[in-house]
Amino acid sequence: MIWNKEYECMDRKSLEDLQLKRLKEVAHRVFERLPFYKRKFGESHVHPDDIKSLEDLRKFPFTRKSGLREGYPFGLFTAPLEKIVEFHISSGTTGKPVVNGYTRKDIQIWAEVMARALSCAGTTSRDVVHNAYGYGLFTGGLGTHYGAQLIGAKTIPISGGQTKRQITIMQDFKSTVLTCTPSYALHIAEAAEEMGINPRDLPLRVGILGAETWSESMRQEIESRLGIEALDIYGLTEIIGPGVAQECEAKEGMHLFEDHFLPEIIDPKTGKVLEEGEEGELVLTTLTREGISLVRYRTGDITHINYQPCECGRTLARIGKIKGRADDMLIIRGVNLFPSQIENILIQIDEAEPHYQLILERRKGLDELTVELETSPHIFFDEVRRLEEIEAKIKREIEDVLGLRIGVKLVEPRTIQRSMGKAKRVIDKRKLK
Amino acid sequence: MAVRQISVFLENKIGRLAEITQILGNKEINIRALAIADTTEFGILRMIVDRPQKAYEALEERGFTVSQTEVVVVEVEDKPGGLAQVMAILGKEDINVEYLYAFVAPRGRGALVVLKIEEKKATVDLLQEKKVKILSAEEISRL
Repeated sequence: MIWNKEYECMDRKSLEDLQLKRLKEVAHRVFERLPFYKRKFGESHVHPDDIKSLEDLRKFPFTRKSGLREGYPFGLFTAPLEKIVEFHISSGTTGKPVVNGYTRKDIQIWAEVMARALSCAGTTSRDVVHNAYGYGLFTGGLGTHYGAQLIGAKTIPISGGQTKRQITIMQDFKSTVLTCTPSYALHIAEAAEEMGINPRDLPLRVGILGAETWSESMRQEIESRLGIEALDIYGLTEIIGPGVAQECEAKEGMHLFEDHFLPEIIDPKTGKVLEEGEEGELVLTTLTREGISLVRYRTGDITHINYQPCECGRTLARIGKIKGRADDMLIIRGVNLFPSQIENILIQIDEAEPHYQLILERRKGLDELTVELETSPHIFFDEVRRLEEIEAKIKREIEDVLGLRIGVKLVEPRTIQRSMGKAKRVIDKRKLK
Repeated sequence: MAVRQISVFLENKIGRLAEITQILGNKEINIRALAIADTTEFGILRMIVDRPQKAYEALEERGFTVSQTEVVVVEVEDKPGGLAQVMAILGKEDINVEYLYAFVAPRGRGALVVLKIEEKKATVDLLQEKKVKILSAEEISRL
């Protein structure tokens, strides 16, 4: 199923012409409307008129997450505020959150790219889309919803949680397309088994799974346990949400909707654009967005790109599964998290440099984060009650700030490994590879 | 009349207690009394020793999280109802005991009870007024 043959199967030359036309418009728009870009372009001695070919984009400076935060909340909007009809606000980034504002046209674009994504998985108006991505400030729920609505599929806006009830609803309403994080898909399998239901007997046919890094072996596990095709989806709040790229049934990379988002793969250290197939950091330029337009946004996600047309008929470039992050960002149950954010919270409690470690595990298919904190004279009391209070306080503060439920464990001093004088902050025990 | 107690943070791991007692043994520190408060994840080892400062330094040097807490050590008659008498005095005055543990005293003395109480001064005064024997740090190290 190809939702929009005109664009998804466009020949490379026509696509590049379209991209170039749109790129020029975007460069002018950000340059004229945002002092942020005017300054940045000036510092790099470039002007929107310098863009004569797509390669000319390479001379332009990158946009980083820290730059977006400077503009919080409306500073980087490229449409007047009265045109904005929806906000999404990303959880967890150091300091201020990242905001995306959508105009009515942006919402239409989002619905379009998500309709394409759902169609990549064969979704039609006959399907029942069981949308277990969280509805709310997180882009997963509503983005998927808009796409499913555009297709005319029957959408169950179930959001996350209450897994057993979800399974009952799947059975009663004959859900065929599951949209959620890959870890939640496994959790559904676990929960079904606990209910005495064979997860393979559920009416599900295909899963569109994302918002987390996951591996081929996890795909195989999900497919065999749930008896579905498990397809990968890619997106990020800063750009639009889900719907930047989607795997088709050929499962050979995610088709990036290049008429809306222009990809580059760079060496994260040098910033140099890499050759097709080389692994590096994905950089995206929005080509059609109105509310927020970003030029050369560094996603932090490591992947490679393939421009060969796909057996499915689409000519859109494909990015490989996300291999990891260029920075130390963690993605836990769809929440972005930097270890430094936890550190900021711990510093307030410890009053000194905290010695801590983040342990990431996958239990029953769900990611669990435990903060191990070494006791010190500041955080040791002779009473069990007060030690338990410290643990509860850390839990509470992290949940308040990051919206993430975690475990806290006090440990003895010097039990956390230190290498080269620097503590290893994250122990990821999830089996991704 | 307060006595210093040594408290050590312990993860529930095998061999930790052996290590601590070994450290103290090597420094020729005598443990008079010892109790452990434990939860599923961690424990707090509380000790009355003959030389608290030395014990504190020895354990801290070896990387343990150690603190010193002031506690009250009382001597009660080693017979049924001995402790009840003391508890009744405290209960009557609404004095909350955070925790307590008892230990065996040398021959010729009553039972010794370690009490952790918030208002130490007032409690000590009250107990003395009621003729309850309270041990000083010197008496503890001479035991």
